Amino acid sequence: MYISVRDRPAAGTTSTRGATSTRPPVGRVVVTLGVVSLLTDVSSESVSAILPLYLTAVVGLTPVAYGLVDGLYQGVSALVRLGGGWLADASDRPKWVAFLGYGLSAVARVFLLFASGAAGIAAVVTADRIGKGIRTAPRDAMISTSTPTEHLGRAFGVHRMLDTIGAALGPLIAFALLWLVPGGYSVVLVVSLAFAIAGVALLGLLGPDVRTRRDAATRSGPTPPPFRWRDLTDARLRPLLAVAGVLGLLTIGDGFIYLALLDHGGANVAWFPLFYVGTNVAYLLLAVPVGRLADRVGRARTLVVGHLALVGAYLCAVLPTSTAAATVGTLLLLGTFYAATDGVIAAIAGRLVPVQARSSGIAAAQTVVALARMLASAGFGVLWLVLGPTAAMTTVAGLLVVAVLAAATRITRLDGAAVTR
Amino acid sequence: MSPRVRVLAFVAVVVAIALAATAYVVVERREVRAERAADPEAEQAPIAEVTDGPRIVFRHTGNDSQYGVVAVVPLDDPGGPRAFTGVTCDRVAARAEGASCLVTDPGVAAAYEGFELDADWQQVASHDLPGIPSRTRLSPDGTLVATTVFVAGHSYMSTGFSTATEVHEFGDGERWGNLEDFRLVIDGREVDSVDRNVWGVTFVDDETFYATVATGGRTWLVEGDLAERTLTSVSRDAECPALSPDGTRVAFKVDVDPGRRVVWQLAVEDLATGDRTLLEAGPRGLDDQVEWLDDDTLIYGLPRADEPGVTDTWAVDTSAEATPRLLIEQAWSATVVR
Repeated sequence: MYISVRDRPAAGTTSTRGATSTRPPVGRVVVTLGVVSLLTDVSSESVSAILPLYLTAVVGLTPVAYGLVDGLYQGVSALVRLGGGWLADASDRPKWVAFLGYGLSAVARVFLLFASGAAGIAAVVTADRIGKGIRTAPRDAMISTSTPTEHLGRAFGVHRMLDTIGAALGPLIAFALLWLVPGGYSVVLVVSLAFAIAGVALLGLLGPDVRTRRDAATRSGPTPPPFRWRDLTDARLRPLLAVAGVLGLLTIGDGFIYLALLDHGGANVAWFPLFYVGTNVAYLLLAVPVGRLADRVGRARTLVVGHLALVGAYLCAVLPTSTAAATVGTLLLLGTFYAATDGVIAAIAGRLVPVQARSSGIAAAQTVVALARMLASAGFGVLWLVLGPTAAMTTVAGLLVVAVLAAATRITRLDGAAVTR
Repeated sequence: MSPRVRVLAFVAVVVAIALAATAYVVVERREVRAERAADPEAEQAPIAEVTDGPRIVFRHTGNDSQYGVVAVVPLDDPGGPRAFTGVTCDRVAARAEGASCLVTDPGVAAAYEGFELDADWQQVASHDLPGIPSRTRLSPDGTLVATTVFVAGHSYMSTGFSTATEVHEFGDGERWGNLEDFRLVIDGREVDSVDRNVWGVTFVDDETFYATVATGGRTWLVEGDLAERTLTSVSRDAECPALSPDGTRVAFKVDVDPGRRVVWQLAVEDLATGDRTLLEAGPRGLDDQVEWLDDDTLIYGLPRADEPGVTDTWAVDTSAEATPRLLIEQAWSATVVR
């Protein structure tokens, strides 16, 4: 079996083959993992979309209580991510560590069917988040290991595109089911479970058992030494963590950008989910082209410059003349930002640490980003109330430009660093 | 396992779960359709018989053709035949002069709306709501409307919730906006904290009201003033207040197991003395804004554990040892029209 994704549809109407003949097709590992993520995202996003309604309408729960619990576990999830990375490196079995993570989330869906009451649902949601934390870094390490360095950006682009398609389909499927079966929340939960099981089965049965250390040995001689935490203090990784941390501190949650749009346009909050869908569509369309661009012009360059798209989104959201074009522009810029950063940072991090620390290196970069963004959102909440939306957004946009300029001084060093195969 | 076996195994798994999930959807769909086509089990009465005297207005929650429709029963026979109004609401509150009705139109871009209806259940105004309906109340003479909704934020990084509570004149009159923007004074000190949520309004008259404010992980019973745009703390640990008809007492929920779990019980506080009575034998884990049946009795909704979506309305006296009794079956969001 050989699956491949052509990264560019034929430009003309002539031949579909040969146009991309200089570039090898995207590997089977990437596509398989992408489809696993797609199925899993359909599963989780279909539930997320209905959870607030389900909690209020059926379980009779106050979402406020649930939201507090949820926020708390964001932090736990970041730490679990490091644990997942370590386990994958120490065992040199990233596939099975990722399988554990996907499996945990699938099991959580079974319990969600029977959970009632705040504590039960909070526990299930927590298990789901822990599962997500465990699997992310090992999965990205598998993508990294199975792809030649010069095509890493494209590979992560393909994976994130498939992942985001799942995230966009999930809510659509959920609401189609609710339309078919009015009040049928259990139907959504059952279908969500089916998608989760399909994802786990695909990974378990058809996911290649990528072994970072062993594969390195078969390629280039001696087996790399076992993973040590010291590997994460690699001089090549440190500037990436610093850049990611500083830029992350000025990356406020999408929710604030959407709120600023609403605040300006006076639109209904019912538009909120559509903003989310719009961002996702932009992201999934741009993930592959931007990933390819990153391969050409430098991935660290793309990561840093990509934050200018976020600056644009901040400013576009508070434009004095609010129009439909401004809204579309904001979402497009936000999607561009994700395309230039989310997969790209994993692509960079996996190559800046010794191979035996690949999962942990990716986990470290993602954890720094997640924690920095949590701080950013908390801090921005205060700024928003003190200065008002427009001044607060403009201030953060200004600071982010400064941070991008500062980070730009590290681009050459990052893009020029010796990479591990 | 050979690659071929693995592929076959995967295909088998996918086919099996696809069939199982599809079968479940089909069966559930058939069941729900059959239920929603059936006539209500509850006895029915013509609407004209119940619209004059004191009455209870509520949302019918039987799994039948009238699911979600507002119904009315006479105050002196709450368990008796109910009259359906033909209006569907998620939350409803009524006075003699009219009613406030909050609805959800689920979908990818779910729409939330608030309607005001006159005494004959004809729509007189509608407003967009910023989130999922949670509570609504009218002032005693029906001049003011309060709505509380949950605002769900979507983001890659977080899924937080907050409440938005607004007060406006019945119909298309004056709007006071989100009560979060009011000046908040707790224990005599002005609080600037950005982390605050307001919910569960109960009106005293057309200028003052009580509500819940949550800030810094605590909840407060506050007295609100619409003209001054202030919220002033009255006491601590109280959620979703309801003012008694004689205006002397407030009933609310108290979290009796603070910490990670939330277990609510009812309590009643005397506004003059500040004495608080916990209804020890009352319901545990309820999540509703109570209503006063009379000056000594509270009513509230509880979901049925074994039937999703079905709720009953219960009544309980305001003494510590009073035990609840079932008041109206298949009823939610009940208010009393005196």
